[in-house]
Amino acid sequence: MAATTTGSTLPSRERSALLRFVVEQPLGAAAFVVILVMALAAAFADWIVPYDPEAIDFSAMLAAPSPAHPFGTDAFGRDILTRIIYGARTALSIGLLSSLLGCAAGAVIGVASAYFGGRTDLVVQRFVDILLSFPIIVLALVVVAMLGRRLVLGIDVNLIVAIAIPIVPKVARVIRSAALSIREMPYIDAARAAGYSHARIIFRHMCPNVVAPFLIMLTAFIAQAILLEASLSFLGLGVSEPKPAWGLMLAGNASDFYREAPWMVIFPGLAISLAVFAFNLLGDSLRDWLDPKFRT
Amino acid sequence: MRQAGTAQPTPRSGDPAAHSDDRFLLEVQDLHVHFETSRGVVRAVEGISYAIRAGEIVALVGESGCGKSVSALSIMRLLSKPAGRIVGGRILFEGRDLLGLSDEEMRAIRGREIAMIFQEPMTSLNPVMSIGRQLMEPLQIHLGMSGEEARERAKELLGLVGITDAERRLDQYPHQFSGGMRQRVMIAIGLACNPKLIIADEPTTALDVTIQAQILELMRDLSRRLNIALLVITHNLGIVARYAHRVNVMYAARIVEEGTAEEIFGAPRHPYTIGLLRSVPRLDRPRSEKLETIEGLPPNLLDPPKTCRFAPRCPYRIANCDIDPSLFDTEHPEHRSACHRWRELASLAGAPRTVPAEAAERALADETLPALAVEGLTKHFEVSAKGFAGGKAVVRAVEDVSFSIAPGTTLGLVGESGCGKTTVGRLILRLEEATSGRIAFEGRDLAGASGAELKRLRTRIQVIFQDPFSSLNPRMTVGQIIAEPMRVHGIADKRRAGERVAELLTQVGLYPYMAERYPHQLSGGQRQRVGIARALAMNPSFIVCDEPVSALDVSIQGQIINLLEELQERLGLTYLFIAHDLAVVRHISHRVVVMYLGRVMEIADREELYAKPLHPYTRALLDAAPVPDPVIERTRAPRALKGELPSPLNPPQGCVFHTRCPLAIDACRAGVPALEELRPNHFVACIRAKESLGRNEACSGPAPS
Repeated sequence: MAATTTGSTLPSRERSALLRFVVEQPLGAAAFVVILVMALAAAFADWIVPYDPEAIDFSAMLAAPSPAHPFGTDAFGRDILTRIIYGARTALSIGLLSSLLGCAAGAVIGVASAYFGGRTDLVVQRFVDILLSFPIIVLALVVVAMLGRRLVLGIDVNLIVAIAIPIVPKVARVIRSAALSIREMPYIDAARAAGYSHARIIFRHMCPNVVAPFLIMLTAFIAQAILLEASLSFLGLGVSEPKPAWGLMLAGNASDFYREAPWMVIFPGLAISLAVFAFNLLGDSLRDWLDPKFRT
Repeated sequence: MRQAGTAQPTPRSGDPAAHSDDRFLLEVQDLHVHFETSRGVVRAVEGISYAIRAGEIVALVGESGCGKSVSALSIMRLLSKPAGRIVGGRILFEGRDLLGLSDEEMRAIRGREIAMIFQEPMTSLNPVMSIGRQLMEPLQIHLGMSGEEARERAKELLGLVGITDAERRLDQYPHQFSGGMRQRVMIAIGLACNPKLIIADEPTTALDVTIQAQILELMRDLSRRLNIALLVITHNLGIVARYAHRVNVMYAARIVEEGTAEEIFGAPRHPYTIGLLRSVPRLDRPRSEKLETIEGLPPNLLDPPKTCRFAPRCPYRIANCDIDPSLFDTEHPEHRSACHRWRELASLAGAPRTVPAEAAERALADETLPALAVEGLTKHFEVSAKGFAGGKAVVRAVEDVSFSIAPGTTLGLVGESGCGKTTVGRLILRLEEATSGRIAFEGRDLAGASGAELKRLRTRIQVIFQDPFSSLNPRMTVGQIIAEPMRVHGIADKRRAGERVAELLTQVGLYPYMAERYPHQLSGGQRQRVGIARALAMNPSFIVCDEPVSALDVSIQGQIINLLEELQERLGLTYLFIAHDLAVVRHISHRVVVMYLGRVMEIADREELYAKPLHPYTRALLDAAPVPDPVIERTRAPRALKGELPSPLNPPQGCVFHTRCPLAIDACRAGVPALEELRPNHFVACIRAKESLGRNEACSGPAPS
């Protein structure tokens, strides 16, 4: 009877959350390790890389991968491995932060819009329509141009905002549709009947129940944010040469040389793919792990 | 009287299929079905055998998860792959083993020889195909008919299931049909190719009681006229009593008792069957003080007990019950029971307890301030009408409803779907704003309350919802769910709230350690108990119970009803009990309000209403409610109420019930009848009832304001 199901829940509660995650989601844990390694490499880049990322070496222009330059060099003779490790700083900070910011804002707007409904919903959604009608790159361009640059701890905060803003309406639209069905659940009625505040119902009762689509969008937008950052950099509005950034390495003059020096595109491309893949994997396992239904 | 007396005698004296007694149409032999899940193998069906003769109606009765639907899907070989597997047994249909057929051969049998009708008429028809196309499809595929032939036959089929105006109806789409009509269409599709067997999986569960009666009547009639065998799968013993020749009772993947309907209902030989029959409140018996229930929960089929499966819940358990029993023959042929003590059961179980409830009747003093008084409550919803410039249409969900509830009592609110009973509950909870009318709670205005006043009132009025699966936030533990209202309203600090959660869990019959669980780790009945504990957390005085037991299995239903009654007694709670099940409402309510299409039809004290109903709608409802006793059921007249519920978008002029009322006259169309006190404390909104009463009894009550 009741006692039969108790046994399985108790031991897992005693373990620490991290250990439980590793045991229950080995793939997610592996992805987490990959991201952790990237973050550590980016943080301690100054101590581990063999070269200066911006040092130009005309004697080793377009050098093929070798023991001295494991990933080869670019058109200016800069070591690609070094630049990839430094580039992780931009990728992780701008990719992760802007995606997180955009998705969080979008989710709250979407859930609130669905919860209040009626006129509020109508106004919010028309505003979302307007934002959606701009191409993502144009929107980001306008924001960057308007806000200018503001560096905090070496990271361009306004660039993060600029990349986050085009994400907001997309997430808001998707999360709203998920929240609309949550809105009709009796437990939301129960919360209203218990006299809870709007903020409490939105944050405590509705948001946790849209976490599945939220995490999927969050991980998908990390990749987009990295690429958007590259586009902006290419247009001279994001990170600019000679600062190392993965997108910039791909989008810059690499296109002129990829035939004779394919390593110039292969390795930054691999870095982006690996990061995106790791984030996606981590997002999927987090989604399952956060869902009480998957707990045994 | 009905012709049933001759056409459908008891199976003993002359079954309609008695001439083909030795040849079964369908024989299920020792069927085993396993489901692979991440937690192990679920043995959903374990060695069940049953048989159906041509033209016979056989019922498979059991609670959710007992394997009844799985065994039916196995016949059609429609188990979801790869999780579900038939691991043993034979299914003989006209002597051929269906399990040995190729997919191609099986497809020729599905729909052609064996048809299936599903529970949910709203979703089992394709919304983008016209009814005609869906009817013609099996005819063209299985019988190779041409378009015109199929259309002719489709028209004929609609006539057969009682849908008039077939020519026009064929080109309509499912959304243009009501629930009952859709189920008729489903039956017509099932009948299309003249099958020999129809499997109906809970065919009327989603329908209202008056529509349910119509559909069952239709299915029985068709089975008799066309000699089609019916396998009815259901959890409702009541509907089985009237229609089935033989009944198989399933429990935890096994058949525990099988026999003719008379035997099963008249002389049950298994404690589970006895428990099932006694745990439902019944309209044909005096109201008992307390429902007898089956305690506990069905076993987990991942790891079923090695003993008799029912032993852990059985009140008549003895040492011998450690041995898993097989089906024993009883003194009656065709009646078998899987109980070691089947011989003694009749004397052990005794007669059902029917303590007359009169002794415990609460004094309904008129002069006390009512806990809740509703006056002229009206709610109109605006919906956008069709078309570009369609403007707005108005749904009159609740129209001029008035009633009051004395403190410490229960007011039952009954009616079919769409009658506005749930909206009344939501208006009282202020989940919707009333269009007009007054709601007074303990003498204070509730409809106009706002801000802090409303927040304070909300701690006094609580709610229990119908669906225990969706009324608890899946992301919160049971403890968080129950503690939250106390924390938010500052009633208790963290430590005190924890103690109170344990206290409340004990109070509703759960264990304090369950506070750590998430809702999905509990059974339906346990979740409903958590819902009750949450409602009790703020010490409310008034609880709106919106169909609190209709989503639960019958054996659990009784437990929850008893719990609600106990809590009322102990804590002096007042309930508004919203339900569609008349027997349940009679059991729990002190006073009853009957609603139809947003209006009140009749209000009376429980005994008065059920013994001497005055409104023709109340009578029709009582008449349509099935009773779990084949002897009584077979002598009851066929159901009088015809037709469908009109749309609340466009309710009939005058008395809203006149379109279906057997007593309707011209005057009923002229004006809305007022709710009048025709007998002391008994209010009725019907001019015909008033007339007939005026002739018999002198009536002098003034009309209520």
